[in-house]
Order: sequence, then structure tokens, then C-alpha cells
Amino acid sequence: MNNASINWFKYSSPATFYPLAGRLIPWFMAIAVILIGIGLYLSFFVAPTDYKQGEGYRIIFVHVPAAWMSMFIYLIMAFWAVMGLVFNTRLSAMMSQALAPTGAMFTFLALWTGAFWGKPMWGTWWVWDARLTSELILFFLYIGFIALQGAIDDTRRGDRAGAILLLVGVVNIPIIYFSVKWWNTLHQGASISVTQGSSMASIMLNTMLIMALGFWAYTIAVALSRARSIILEREMDSQWVRELQEIRQ
Amino acid sequence: MFSIFRAIVLRDLTLAMRRRSDVLSALFFFVIVVSLFPLGIGPELETLRLIAPGVFWVAALLASMLALEKLFAADFEDGTLEQMLLTPQPDFILVLGKIFAHWLVTGVPLALLAPLLGLQYDLDTEPLWILMLTLLLGTPALSLIGAIGAALTLGLRGSGVLVPLLVLPLYIPVLIFGAGAVEANVSGLGAAGHIYMLSAILLLALVAAPLATVAALRISAE
Repeated sequence: MNNASINWFKYSSPATFYPLAGRLIPWFMAIAVILIGIGLYLSFFVAPTDYKQGEGYRIIFVHVPAAWMSMFIYLIMAFWAVMGLVFNTRLSAMMSQALAPTGAMFTFLALWTGAFWGKPMWGTWWVWDARLTSELILFFLYIGFIALQGAIDDTRRGDRAGAILLLVGVVNIPIIYFSVKWWNTLHQGASISVTQGSSMASIMLNTMLIMALGFWAYTIAVALSRARSIILEREMDSQWVRELQEIRQ
Repeated sequence: MFSIFRAIVLRDLTLAMRRRSDVLSALFFFVIVVSLFPLGIGPELETLRLIAPGVFWVAALLASMLALEKLFAADFEDGTLEQMLLTPQPDFILVLGKIFAHWLVTGVPLALLAPLLGLQYDLDTEPLWILMLTLLLGTPALSLIGAIGAALTLGLRGSGVLVPLLVLPLYIPVLIFGAGAVEANVSGLGAAGHIYMLSAILLLALVAAPLATVAALRISAE
């Protein structure tokens, strides 16, 4: 196998990751702007009006991708937490720290757009249904993680304590995902499933996927740029940072 | 292995008995919080019966969280904790012993006192038993989950504010099923399903939480 010869750890060093991230950010930012632009155009002007929910349903084109991202980002953070604990790489913890604010933002966005959707459809801003509650818990978990990282001055201890907190909290993700199946509550079931395909028109599905991909690209771009800042902050005293073009000026 | 567990439990219980005010303050916090609600909401028995399960469980959550601070703090400050982690005995048992002692001191009195306070809320005999049973099943889970938060924030500045932020979201499932069991009984549905879920949470916490706590202690005591 050729794979064995690839050095997977090459970019786990902040010094090599920093310029790589710098080159990648504009690309992902451009992809994000284009995809979200197309997605918003499709969702407002192309997708047909829903026969049951009227125009108000269009909010799902933001709501569903944001909810997906809120869960994915937590899983990715947990993945980096495991990597950090197992391989003891510094960059892993920086990545989970860089992802956390974006994850909290998407969780809040999902809750907020959900409330906007709920008012016309259910007649209330908020119900204590299983999926809403567990999404709210997810938001608290993000805030707890950010607060813990902020409270610990020693970065090494902060990284590892944060990793453990992430791994404990990861129990919540399957609960959110399956909540509409396990408990028969107000939030409707998933319209898209891997096994049975989708129960909605293909234009709506495509729009939603485009929006989700756009959010992905945005998340990557923002997380990379935040990771670059964290690297600079932590490696302030190292030789390679002092030799950087932008630092010298 | 059992002897070390017993030694830790007896030691922590002795220490707790020497400082009775610490133990009693968490218990009286519970009593006061529970008694405050009828004053704030009004003495209609109909309403009180409805809110009783939620009030008891939220008060239990807060009381058990208040007591968390003392779980490892004293041992951490005088270095005992470090010595404990260095001993050849399995850390899992050490931590489990400390959590068990903590539960005996904070959780059990609270659960035993709850039926008496429940009379203030005009609960019938059966919901009172269910309330006590769910508290007996739920408070050890609270102590186990809370231990993770206590271990993570050991010796940090402002850990008093941080612990609730970390621990309360993880307490929510216990709250839902604990209060749900009593509510289900009051409204005439069976409480069995909720009690099974609560037991499942307890078993899961019993296996997983000490592992996470040990890992967190090792990081904090480094």
C-alpha cells in the first residue's frame, strides 16, 4: 500500500499547517460565497411554494443545514479531541477550539430559525419537544466548552480538559439525531433519510444540499482562519513565527 | 480491591462527620428552596401538586451541584489527591469510593427527607414513594456526572461559576426522567418506564463517569 508512506503528521505541526491554512482560506471562502449565493437564490426564487406550509417553509433551507452543521461540528470537535488525546498533537486541540464558536453560532441559528418557523406553523415560538430541548442542551455544551477553555490559563491543561468535556458531551448527538424517531413529539420527522431517499421535491432537496455544502465551506474557512490566529497566539515566542512575513512588517 | 473502596468511603465519611455544617448546609439548601416555591407561587394545593415533581428535582439538582465543590477540593489542596493517584490501587475504585461517600452524605439524606417535604405539596402516598425512589436512583447519577465537572475545574479561578455551566446540561436527562416518573404517577400513567430509563442512566454513569473523572483528575493534578 502506498498510503503507508504518506506522512499523515506532516501538517499536524503548526509551522507547516499555518501557511497551508493561509492558502486554503480564500478558496473555501469563495466556494462558500458562491454556494450560499446560489442556494439563497434557489430557495427564494426557484423552489416552488409548498402546498401545505405556504411561503413560510422556505426557512428550512437555512434551518436544516444549520442544524446539521451544529451536530457535525460537535462530532468533528470530538474527533479532534480523540486525536489530541491519542497522538498528543498540539494542532488537534487548536482545531477543536477554533471550531467551537462556529458550532455555537450554527446551533443558535438553528434554534432561532426554528422559532421563526414554529410561530406560523405550530402557533408558538417554542415547545419543549425532545429535539428542541436536546438542541438547546447542545448549545449549552458548546458554551460550557468555550467557558472551560477560557477559564484555564495553562493551554496544555485546557486542551486536554476540553477534550474530555467534548467526549462526555458527545452522548447528546445521537439523542438529538434520533429524538424524532424515539419520541413521538411535535417536531416533524426527518424529510431526508439515507435508506429511503427523500420525501420532498428534488429541487428543494438540491437547494438544501447546496446550502449545506456552502455552510461546510464557510465553517472550514472560518475555522482555519481562527486556527491561524490561535497558532500565532500560542507560538508567539517561536523562531518560525518571528520570521513570518506578516509579523516582521 | 473492596477493602480499598471501604477504606476510602470510611475516611470520607469520617471527614464529613467532623465537618457537619458542610453536610447540613447542602441539605438545608434543599429544604429552603423547596419551601420557597409555595411562597412565591401561592398556596393553591391544585397548583402545588402539579409543580411538586419539578420543584423537588430542580432543588435536588442544585443542592447536589452545590456540594460538588467539596468533592475533591480539600484533597487537592493538601496534596492527598496526588498521593492517592500515585498509589498502586486502581484509580477507578478510589474515585468510585469518593463519589459513593459523597452520595451517602448529600444524596441519601435529601432523598429520605423528600417525602416529608412532599406533604407540604399535598402529594399522595404513592407519588411520595415514587419521589423517594427516583431520588434514590437519580442522586447517585448526579454525583457521578457531577464528579467529572468537579474534577475538570479543580483549582481553577472562578470554578464556582464554571461547574454549573459544565454540569447542568449533563444533568438534564436525569431531571427529565426523575420528575417525569412522579408526574406520570400523579396523572395516572405508570411510572415504570421512567424508572427504567433512570436506572439505565445510573448504570451508564456508573461505568463511564468514573473513567472520565479519573482522566480529568490526572490532567488537573499534573
